[in-house]
Amino acid sequence: MMSLDCPHCGPRDENEFHYGGQAGVAYPAHETTDEEWAAYVFLRDNPKGWFRERWFHVHGCRTWFTVERHTVTHEIRKAP
Amino acid sequence: MTHHPDFLWRDPDPRPAYDVVIVGGGGHGLATAYYLARNHGITNVAVLERGWLAGGNMARNTTIIRSNYLWDESAAIYEHSLKLWEGLSAELDYDLSFSRRGVLNLAHHLGDVREGRRRVNANLLNGVDAEWLDADEVRKFCPIVNVSERARHPVLGATLQRRGGIAKHDHVAWALARGADAYGVDLIQGCEVTGFELRKNRVVAVRTSRGRIAAGKVALAAAGHTSVLAAQAGLRLPLQSHPLQALVSELLEPVLNCVVMSNAVHVYVSQAHKGELVMGASIDAYNSYGQRGGVHVIEAQMAAALELFPIFSRVRVLRTWAGVVDVSPDASPIIGRTPVENLYLNAGWGTGGFKATPGAGWVYAHTLAHERPHPLAEPFGLERFSTGALIDEHGAAAVAH
Repeated sequence: MMSLDCPHCGPRDENEFHYGGQAGVAYPAHETTDEEWAAYVFLRDNPKGWFRERWFHVHGCRTWFTVERHTVTHEIRKAP
Repeated sequence: MTHHPDFLWRDPDPRPAYDVVIVGGGGHGLATAYYLARNHGITNVAVLERGWLAGGNMARNTTIIRSNYLWDESAAIYEHSLKLWEGLSAELDYDLSFSRRGVLNLAHHLGDVREGRRRVNANLLNGVDAEWLDADEVRKFCPIVNVSERARHPVLGATLQRRGGIAKHDHVAWALARGADAYGVDLIQGCEVTGFELRKNRVVAVRTSRGRIAAGKVALAAAGHTSVLAAQAGLRLPLQSHPLQALVSELLEPVLNCVVMSNAVHVYVSQAHKGELVMGASIDAYNSYGQRGGVHVIEAQMAAALELFPIFSRVRVLRTWAGVVDVSPDASPIIGRTPVENLYLNAGWGTGGFKATPGAGWVYAHTLAHERPHPLAEPFGLERFSTGALIDEHGAAAVAH
């Protein structure tokens, strides 16, 4: 089990958290084509390596936060 | 000992060019190569495998075969696959140990019951065999399931597909590899694709750890690593890669006569021919290529399994492992052409690709040969994510695809 560093509660076990997927997916600023809207709804990066992602401390303080995690080693570091 | 049994396929070095290069030597890649040769006479084909043949998800899945999906599009493609399974041992002249022992999908609450009965009706309309069993019939069909009303997860009934079952995954891979090899397909192991050579918007070659290989067409069949490959061709896909864990117990005498799946409690169980219980879990929530997951996922899976099968309470786990599965937003596969000319896609089978092995290979080979989707593959094109014509199989697939 991974340990995640909640910014409010400190390091806690992974199963206190809910995964939120890729960080920084912005809502489209303007009218979109169908393709742009599909990209916003369905397309996410899926890198083999470092990944900026959201986590939710659902069984704790209920803070959402962003970390960088390596998708092979599962190493976690603070998101810049 | 100097004697080694005969190898089932050659171990060739890559040639400089092929009509079709298939990336990924798992079940789907091998089946695609086999049917390209058998159905379409296309034999100037290479299957490139980064590791060894069928050492990825093909070696890690729980080998469940069924076709009882909800929507017409899914029922059609999975039923096509199941029909191929029914003749595959004879076709490949290899005992695949396909055992049609029946697949139960348990219902634990009224929502499950309604969903299950609806799915039985939908299956029957699509010519897929399906039955609804009440709790007492479940007990008669599979006596070791705990159907007590006081159970943590009471069993209110189940769907049953009698033609469903399990097969021996390694035999499937070996038989397909031998069959493809006999047609002259080059199965090239230890050959990692590191990039694509594009001319304008057309792929013309793959770069590999064993040199450049020119290709008339490139067919991705790389499951969990599809996104990584597609990114090398400049494509973003609606796929996320997750660990999917499974485990086996020590060997037992025959005790479980069918496949039992439960979406609500995230567990699916069968007893392999050799005697071990094979159990699958749900995916780990995060993206990963690490081929391992959290122990708490296994713990939850075991807790659910013991509620359903109190008889297993003293069974010991022999080993656990994980594969990397490529999950699509609607739990349905993506098959067909891509925005890059001559680059084809067969991906997104997520947690349920094994059962589709022959069917996926059949329709993908057809799609490659005719440069347009096989009728069964047509609804599964990449464009459905912008047209909105999704094929939402979360109900029939859930974790236990």
